[in-house]
Amino acid sequence: MNTLALDSKEKTGKNVVNDFSIQVATVNGSGSQSSNNVLMRSIFQMGIPVSGKNLFPSNIAGLPTWFTIRVNKNGYIARKKHIDIMIAMNPQTAIEDVKGLNPGAVCISPIELKLDAVRSDVRHYQVPFAELASKASDNMKLRKLLTNMIYVGVVADLLNIDQAQIDIAITKQFDGKAKAIDLNLNAVKIGREWARENLKKVDQYSVEPMDKTQGKIIIDGNAAAGLGCMFAGVTVVTWYPITPSSSLCESLIDYLKEHRIDKASNKATFAVIQAEDELAAVGMALGAGWAGARSMTSTSGPGISLMSEFVGFGYFTEIPTVIFDVQRVGPSTGMPTRTSQADLMSTFLLSHGDTKHICLLPGSVQECYEMATEAFQIAEMFQTPVFVMTDLDLGMNNWMSEPFKYPTTPINRGKVLTAADLEKAGKFERYADVDGDGIPYRTLPGTDHPLGAYFTRGSGHTAKATYTEKPEDYLYLMDRLAKKFETAKKHVPAPVVDTVSGAKVGIIAFGSSDFAVQESRDQLKEKGLATSYLRLRALPFTAELKQFVDAHDVVYVVEQCRDAQLRDLIRLELPESSMKFKSVLHYNGLPIDADFVTEAIIKGEGK
Amino acid sequence: MTAAPPTNRIGLTLSDYKGAPSTLCDGCGHDAITSQIIRAFYELGIEPHNVAKMSGIGCSSKTPAYFLNRAHGFNSVHGRMPSVATGAALANKHLHLIGVSGDGDTASIGLGQFCHLVRRNIPMIYIVENNGVYGLTKGQFSATADIGSKLKTGVMNELPPIDLCGLAIELGCGFVGRSFAGDPRQLQALIKAAASHKGTAVLDVISPCVTFNNHEGSTKSYKYAKEMETPLHELGFIPFYEQINVDYEPGTVQEVEMHDGSKIRLKKTERDYDATDMVGAIQTIKKAHDEKQFLTGLLYINENKDDFVSMMDTVDESLATLPESMTRPGKDVLESIMKELM
Repeated sequence: MNTLALDSKEKTGKNVVNDFSIQVATVNGSGSQSSNNVLMRSIFQMGIPVSGKNLFPSNIAGLPTWFTIRVNKNGYIARKKHIDIMIAMNPQTAIEDVKGLNPGAVCISPIELKLDAVRSDVRHYQVPFAELASKASDNMKLRKLLTNMIYVGVVADLLNIDQAQIDIAITKQFDGKAKAIDLNLNAVKIGREWARENLKKVDQYSVEPMDKTQGKIIIDGNAAAGLGCMFAGVTVVTWYPITPSSSLCESLIDYLKEHRIDKASNKATFAVIQAEDELAAVGMALGAGWAGARSMTSTSGPGISLMSEFVGFGYFTEIPTVIFDVQRVGPSTGMPTRTSQADLMSTFLLSHGDTKHICLLPGSVQECYEMATEAFQIAEMFQTPVFVMTDLDLGMNNWMSEPFKYPTTPINRGKVLTAADLEKAGKFERYADVDGDGIPYRTLPGTDHPLGAYFTRGSGHTAKATYTEKPEDYLYLMDRLAKKFETAKKHVPAPVVDTVSGAKVGIIAFGSSDFAVQESRDQLKEKGLATSYLRLRALPFTAELKQFVDAHDVVYVVEQCRDAQLRDLIRLELPESSMKFKSVLHYNGLPIDADFVTEAIIKGEGK
Repeated sequence: MTAAPPTNRIGLTLSDYKGAPSTLCDGCGHDAITSQIIRAFYELGIEPHNVAKMSGIGCSSKTPAYFLNRAHGFNSVHGRMPSVATGAALANKHLHLIGVSGDGDTASIGLGQFCHLVRRNIPMIYIVENNGVYGLTKGQFSATADIGSKLKTGVMNELPPIDLCGLAIELGCGFVGRSFAGDPRQLQALIKAAASHKGTAVLDVISPCVTFNNHEGSTKSYKYAKEMETPLHELGFIPFYEQINVDYEPGTVQEVEMHDGSKIRLKKTERDYDATDMVGAIQTIKKAHDEKQFLTGLLYINENKDDFVSMMDTVDESLATLPESMTRPGKDVLESIMKELM
């Protein structure tokens, strides 16, 4: 059996342990997701840091999809630009897939594709998958699915993945379904045994157990955010399905159904509504927030555009709600299954008139969880819509993380006056700045006190919430809203700053770019370039930004958009420093990688 | 010394149900509807602080400021009141919601949200103050204008009207009435009955615009509506706390019992109309359009429908004010979830 292209029988070179990437090319809808999860989990369970990225089409079945697993002993979890091991299962893309490999890379493929004829400088393992699948099951439909587990077995043998960990991962994946577990375990065995008997190891990659994932979890950002919402005490959830945000609310719904049913009454302590569109979703969230619920909705760019009018209303009438924007590539429908950070500026300033919003920018799954919780506190404290902006890469991909911590701060409902408070105060003006921080007091509908009611309107309103078109009333309102925004600067998550003494170059990034930037900084350090780093975690900007910019000669703003949106927002904030900024812009829809950042900065520094 | 003003069954006076003075045009049909809302809520003895007044944008949507000052009000964005009301209903299921909208706000920009509110059966009174024109922008046709109806400028409407009652019935609404701002007795009875309905109660009330659509050639003018109004029945509402038994000649009265024990009595006119027959209601509405009739009354009622908020099966308390002990699961829950993810 031809398992290796003749001219790739050269020396395999230095062994590479726990530092490579695997890409599985399949067709979406073929059931490969389970196998890829098993592969990733088994390596993770061996104590080796991993990350997984699913590159999928906006389609249900039959189009190409790629799943990439990065194995990295140093814990780098950003996308790796080059693929070391390609599992080319999709005949539609196999030729392109193998052509894209670097010389010396590994390609595992069905024997009938004859990929060795396409690239002779790649190390080939050609496997009779169809023949092996026929041994795994008599059922034609199952054979297709089990083929995916057969490649897991082949890879496991080649890389030396611990079989015990595969067994555990499969048991977990198929959640106690004995028949499915048996079938899949057997398929892995068939692949593994065939590889052991028929393949000669000609590549340098392997795994060895480590202790770097002990106590760590694997989760995607959307599930993490959903978890955060549940622990924030969300009570009304409104949503409209849209990729890549749907799984946020879907995960949340699962968690709520399991953990938020009141034990005494067996009734729900939450309400979920799938709205007819995003206009309605945000309208419902605002209606619920107005009536006192902790409300939220989640969406992506097109939904954000639709919500624009209502969000301005929420800003102007001061109603708390939380809106998640899991960003995807725009404009328009764009590339719905690809990642981007290009909603930043339009979301920050969403709606007509003078509007600006508090935006939280999680940079990890852990922060998706923590900032989800924090967003509700801030929204109610400041009585305003708060955005949590993640992206497809963070939201839909699997990430390794420290386990999440239980919230330490009690739920704070903000300045809400009860009937007793009103009785004591003897006075209530909905939009008056009583405390000098720009944040007014509110009452909830149903408050049983003659002073309790007020009228919420998107038209001009006085401190007493009555209609007005008077210039002085409008100025009072707008200036107070601006003051409130100033107050917010003291309460939003501060940036994470790492100032390296003597470094003249600073880097600013946010969100999912963080992983690539961290890795890039190490690469730059190896090349002799010391950098400081500020990871922005919220808008509005806080005092740390100016300090950081002032302390460096040049500042690279790394972001995943075309128009340097963050750089421009920073320039508006710090006009005196506007010549200091250089942009590193990654906007092809793929997650940003460290090599890209490093190359751009090296080039920028003329090195 | 003047005598103390009369009070209702919870000890409040009529003025406790009033709002700010109206800023609408003198003689506006909307003000007549406002008066009947005030009167109905007063007479029913509904606690005003437990009411939430919802609206969109337009002349009609201004009116929640003119009644029930002791209730919270929400003047939302154009055509989007239904979504806001839905959120508020979920957040606090003990609120009585009353929404006031117009034909532009509901039948044009807000048609989608209106349909979904009705489809979900959100418990609220939804009044459409229908004058066939956009008043605030000075008199353009709306989507409820009849074919052949003329603007002041002489422009004739050539598109068929959207019948919000027919649409509501089609969407499964369990309480659909049509009335006229100039028929206070019927309107008040309908508002009271709507307040007892558990689900969405749609009232399409012809409310002439004295400034832009009250002229000869308009089918939404006072003169036209007064001349053309044909009540389907004589409508009486008997609240649950005031049950009176009156003997009627058999076959002359249709009585519908509401979920709270209140009763609607529909006394037959020369027409034999069954308000519980959905198909009959739709046929009647269609025929009325063809024959250019203006039929008023309770077009359709079905008290056996689940409302959306009940379907959510939430705890008895309002979700809005649940304590942390009920909304934040314990540390053990997080720990077990983390363990599963390891």
